[in-house]
Amino acid sequence: MAVGVRTQDLRKVYHSAPPLGAGGGFVMRADAKGAKQQPKAQIPALDGLSLEIRAGEIFGLLGPNGAGKSTTIGILTTRVRPTSGQAWIGEHDVWKEQAEVKFLIGVVPQRPNLDFSLTAREILVFHGAYFGIGSKLRNERADALLDKFKLTERGNQMVRGFSGGMMQRLSIARAMMHDPQVLFLDEPSAGLDPQTRILLWDIIREYHQAGKTVLLTTHNMEEADALCQRIAIVDHGRMIALGTPEELKASIPGGFLLRLRFGNQTDDLLQRLQALKGVREVRAADSTGLDVYADRGGSLIPEIASLAASCGAELSDVHISEPSLENLFLHHTGRSLRD
Amino acid sequence: MNWKTFFALLARDAHVARRNAMQLFLQTFLQPLLFVFIFGRVMVGSGYMRPEYKSLLLPGIIAISMTFTGVWAVAMPLIAEFQWTREIEDRLLAPISVGWIAIEKVIAGMLQALVAGLVVIPLAWLVLRPGVEISIGTPLTFALIIVLVAGFSACGGLALGSSMDQQHIGLMFSMVMTPMIFFGCAYYPWSALNKFPILQKVVLVNPLVYASEGLRAALVPKASHLPVAAVIGALLFFDVLLLVVGLRQFGKKAVT
Repeated sequence: MAVGVRTQDLRKVYHSAPPLGAGGGFVMRADAKGAKQQPKAQIPALDGLSLEIRAGEIFGLLGPNGAGKSTTIGILTTRVRPTSGQAWIGEHDVWKEQAEVKFLIGVVPQRPNLDFSLTAREILVFHGAYFGIGSKLRNERADALLDKFKLTERGNQMVRGFSGGMMQRLSIARAMMHDPQVLFLDEPSAGLDPQTRILLWDIIREYHQAGKTVLLTTHNMEEADALCQRIAIVDHGRMIALGTPEELKASIPGGFLLRLRFGNQTDDLLQRLQALKGVREVRAADSTGLDVYADRGGSLIPEIASLAASCGAELSDVHISEPSLENLFLHHTGRSLRD
Repeated sequence: MNWKTFFALLARDAHVARRNAMQLFLQTFLQPLLFVFIFGRVMVGSGYMRPEYKSLLLPGIIAISMTFTGVWAVAMPLIAEFQWTREIEDRLLAPISVGWIAIEKVIAGMLQALVAGLVVIPLAWLVLRPGVEISIGTPLTFALIIVLVAGFSACGGLALGSSMDQQHIGLMFSMVMTPMIFFGCAYYPWSALNKFPILQKVVLVNPLVYASEGLRAALVPKASHLPVAAVIGALLFFDVLLLVVGLRQFGKKAVT
């Protein structure tokens, strides 16, 4: 039976630097309790996040570094204590029923945290033992997973000498060892070569087809687009958009984004660009740039160029991008995912 | 409580300890055995120390070996695994509550400390002999004392290992372990401090004093030692105190 995931109004404020891979926004602010107290560093990472991930779905959390993605995963996997709010895996309250929750989940962390005192095969076999899997079955599963992740030859070596990609593969194999109902993957393909990334995507899809729920975080919109059935875009610990990749992309005005830069810019340029046919929205990006959301892309350029010339503005750079989650993020936050 | 998980965690620690057995062996026994050789054999043999010193020294050496092993066996892996690699995470995700994971570490440390205590007896006896007179008069008292000593060392390892960072390991040994060993009545009986009354009172905060004196009471009953009841009471107190502190620190480190 597939298991869903739910969070309600999750907040998390770190009082010291959050652990790596669970970074907050690193905003320092004074403690609100009173002026007499010494100002205390507060690092808000989550600010009222409510999510509902359906049983048997591949769900993506998309956002830049420090958006609160890893903190969300941390709370859902018992590793981070929420400041307020609740989280459930299936029917189990994550904070109150930790052991039951841990049976249901498999976790692939952002950075491999493999047991360096063991060999690759031992890591899998002991992991199976922690979950009470009998000796015969855990040995069989370990061998099958080593084979699936192309690690059989290195199975009896200590993992200390493994490459980053091999460690990542082994981390995923370990998370699958006890056949969890919900699989969490925090930035699963960061640092993987393209070939391994495709292998990973296939494995995630296959796991999902077996009726499992998958929650992954990424700041790679290509990955979110390729894998996820639904995506939540998060920034500064809040959800700013939710939907299927298609729905989200369709929500960008016009779909096309033209990022323009001018050597010098005049005041009426923005208004006049707004009036061009097919232009949905024009926003000032900074003092020399304008973002134009439009129904068409390249065919607008001659008109923009002549309009700029007639205003006395000099067009210095043009970048056209097609409908994408990157544009969506930019549209909602005014920032690029890579910022 | 998932006993299967608990025993699997214990099996993992036993497996790693077996793999590192030789290193652990040298790390644990070389220093105490050299000490036994110089003070028990050379100094006594050359007449600088009285022959009875051999028997007084042995319980202290057992206490040091056990304490050192227990602290080391728990604290060092914890410090390393809580560092940026967060190796301990896969065990924190095992289906058992976080407190039991810490208790498993304590049990594993206690077992190693007990093995160390039992191995050092014949080794030291071989180095010191002849002239060592030890006897286990009351096996139950002896068993209780070594279990409590193993407990305080492993719980101490949990408290230290969950409170310290890798860069402070050197400091831990120079600021905690070294004074503890020198003021732990391991190399001399507590009664030898009669002429230093203030020091004699101050060292009573050191759990190793009770470990050394307790083992002395159990193995060399003829020598002067602290009352057995006081020793057991104090060891029990330190076991509980360090366990409570250790569990709290472990919990803080395990969950952010």
